[in-house]
Amino acid sequence: MSYPVEQNEKFAAYANPERLVSTEWLAAAIDGGALDNGKLVVVESDEDVLLYETGHIPGAVKVDWHTDLNDEVTRDYVDGQAFALLAAAKGISRDTTVVIYGDKSNWWAAYALWVFTLFGHDDVRLLDGGRDKWIAEGRELSTAVPSPAPGNYPVVERDDAPIRAFKEDVLAHLGKPLIDVRSPEEYTGQRTHMPAYPEEGALRGGHIPTAASIPWARAAAEDGTYRSRPELEALYLDEAGLTEGDDVVAYCRIGERSSHTWFALKYLLGFDTVRNYDGSWTEWGNAVRVPIVKGAERGAVPAGVR
Amino acid sequence: MRKLEAMSTYALPTALAEIVDDFQALSEPERLQLLLEFSLGLPELPERLRDHPELLEQVVECQSPLFLTIETEKNDGGSPAFRLFFKAPREAPTTRGFAGVLHEGLDGLTAEEILAVPDDMPELLGLTRAITPLRMRGMTAMLGRIKRKVAASARLSS
Repeated sequence: MSYPVEQNEKFAAYANPERLVSTEWLAAAIDGGALDNGKLVVVESDEDVLLYETGHIPGAVKVDWHTDLNDEVTRDYVDGQAFALLAAAKGISRDTTVVIYGDKSNWWAAYALWVFTLFGHDDVRLLDGGRDKWIAEGRELSTAVPSPAPGNYPVVERDDAPIRAFKEDVLAHLGKPLIDVRSPEEYTGQRTHMPAYPEEGALRGGHIPTAASIPWARAAAEDGTYRSRPELEALYLDEAGLTEGDDVVAYCRIGERSSHTWFALKYLLGFDTVRNYDGSWTEWGNAVRVPIVKGAERGAVPAGVR
Repeated sequence: MRKLEAMSTYALPTALAEIVDDFQALSEPERLQLLLEFSLGLPELPERLRDHPELLEQVVECQSPLFLTIETEKNDGGSPAFRLFFKAPREAPTTRGFAGVLHEGLDGLTAEEILAVPDDMPELLGLTRAITPLRMRGMTAMLGRIKRKVAASARLSS
């Protein structure tokens, strides 16, 4: 870790406190000139592609999940070369401490962090509470777009296996814990998209057999910060039934909301093996002959699937 | 992506056609900047609507809360003019931006002019690469809702 880790009581209870920073910490770091030498880079990643332009944390650069992190042709993430170009253009070097924040309780910021992790970027952290908390606290915003000195980023081959699950992996995983982070309406199959969002072309509604329903936003408090460790344990251990050492797969619609849950399970509760199934319901709900359960019950793995 | 030439712009009202031309003339980052300017330029609701949210309808297909309504205004001799009113939060600049485009492009026009706008007009703005398909569909839904409301109102008064 190249930049000092924040110490506070809430974070200390988490398995990996070094993965979060608070708004106070970031404001003090920026005031102290942390952004001047490329050791620390602040990245904003939002759902709304124009939000950064309306005002952002002074000195922050923008990474757009749709145009920067996704491959334009294949449904996949960018390759090592494209990622190296992106990082360097944003002033990020391989040893830079990257702090990511965004709108909607860091929903997309967590997704960007997960993609950085696919490339093995060592020190990447989330701003607890994200954009909304920074603004709610009346902290400074700027519309000035920085032009950072280019970073020095090697071409690193993406290593998907440890944190990313594909459909075949999920089929092989059936019988082990799955967390469905979508809304209850999507889980039961009443609808195939988020409430108040358009239907998005999944042919079947429901959930992957045995998946526990823990909508992603339940891991966030009203101010957009992650809930405390005891609260997260009540959610994922008591309610979802996970136990220490479990191998877990989380999914949603396209893998963005489940990145937020992936972060909580991996870094806040310390599960070693947590994978995000980014194909999620837009793949599973359209795939031929995969098992699906409708309704509020988790259901069982059908005989003959494994 | 669809070829722009394949879609005719002949049915676009003058103001909307000018907006489309402005977008087309720009590079992609500049188009986003222009959309941001439209989001800043979206007029506030008049007071009589501000205090009556029940008079506006939500377009649920938009990713951010977007409410709209229409009113008719008598025109000297001609068909009535339709006035458009939108409400969208500042934290949703993309949604607001498109509302701003529709406001500047369609406000004050007749039913005939508004109903002639092609349903896939949002694609003419050249934003389909920069903006996710989900959002593009929200924009299309916003236009669709306006056209449905205008058509219903025009039927009632004819």
